[in-house]
Amino acid sequence: MKQAISPQQAAEMIPDGAVLMIGGFMGVGSPHRIIDALVDAGRKDLTVIANDTGRPDYGIGRLVRANALRKVIASHIGTNPETQKGMIEGRIEVDLVPQGTLAERIRAGGYGLGGVLTRTGLNTIAAKSQRVIEIDGEDWLLASPLKADFALLHADRADFVGNLVYELTATNFNPVMATAGATVIAEPREIVPVGLISPDNVNTPGVLVNFLIRREAHHVA
Amino acid sequence: MSPEEIIQRRVASELRPGTLVNLGIGLPTGVAKFIQPERGILFQSENGIVGMGSRPPEGMEDEELTDAGGAFITAVPGAATVDSTLSFGLIRGGHLDVTVLGGLEVDEKGHLANWVVPGKMVPGMGGAMDLVAGARRVIIAMQHTAKGRPKIVPECTLPLTANRRVTLIVTDLAVIEPTETGLVLRERAPGVAVADIVAATSAKLTVPDHVPEMDLG
Repeated sequence: MKQAISPQQAAEMIPDGAVLMIGGFMGVGSPHRIIDALVDAGRKDLTVIANDTGRPDYGIGRLVRANALRKVIASHIGTNPETQKGMIEGRIEVDLVPQGTLAERIRAGGYGLGGVLTRTGLNTIAAKSQRVIEIDGEDWLLASPLKADFALLHADRADFVGNLVYELTATNFNPVMATAGATVIAEPREIVPVGLISPDNVNTPGVLVNFLIRREAHHVA
Repeated sequence: MSPEEIIQRRVASELRPGTLVNLGIGLPTGVAKFIQPERGILFQSENGIVGMGSRPPEGMEDEELTDAGGAFITAVPGAATVDSTLSFGLIRGGHLDVTVLGGLEVDEKGHLANWVVPGKMVPGMGGAMDLVAGARRVIIAMQHTAKGRPKIVPECTLPLTANRRVTLIVTDLAVIEPTETGLVLRERAPGVAVADIVAATSAKLTVPDHVPEMDLG
């Protein structure tokens, strides 16, 4: 049985300067209630590992506008001019990583691998100081693992033990990030009793999940 | 016909039935308008869907069903949604037949630059580097020139997206194939003279004796 906490309780757990993985693709499949709580709590100096930084004041863009970020590791910041401005002004350090490499670096971190070899980015400026490793006459780039203090996820459904199901394109980075955060907090759209999610339909097993964000109260019994 | 439509129609005719195709944001996205459903072409979007369909009716959008540009989409019968690791496994692993991407510059080696203008525009590469490195065929769909300045150049001045040679360049003026020995002019747009194409290209072009007009379907 997992504990269902409020977004505010989640924000209290996360200190200034923490390294966060945040699921989502331009805000689709992002844990918006946790993001709002982090903004309200006035968090500072966070490092965010995510596909992108959303749009201005939407998704991770809310953290950008609140000046909560010191560093961003992402594949794309083009949909948020405020992140680009912060980068140019030197307020936010931005590390741009090809999207597939970003996913694999997170997977390496969460799956106990020492890194991954990819052709993506070979002989480009994105390779920067990455090592090139030759295998059977072919060059590969070594991409290092990524881990986080907290992984903040969105899910479509959770059950009481924290098993997660994602929906459609809101899946994106959420399942892989579930493996790479020291503490994993999931914000599901609904929480259902154990048994309603068939074992075959579980996308992320509850053993990876530490906390669920409690339901948004509409119905009062 | 607008320059965009010429490019989109010509790229559409390049796609083979039953293939998996990723269309980049912007001009390449519009290629889908010219693909008849009976050709059985499946579209991938790298945020996690194989079998992307057209925009849903007004008011019927699903907030959890979007493309890599954030636009609302639908899913065709037989579609599958996947997470980011599998999505890029499809791209890098040789399972994606074609990627169609925009370009800022392409050079005589067939190298593409399309993700950054240092000091001016730093959006990030998103999925572009994986797509160019991993797709079986890479088709560049772009205007031949930008404000009169050639985009097909001897050597890219902007940072490269990949060190791989792209498969085909389709512009509003021409179809150009990068080969081991350089760029070969394959087709010209309707009514466009070879001399006009050569004049709008700063890269060296090999011009065969006969350069047919594009078939725009």
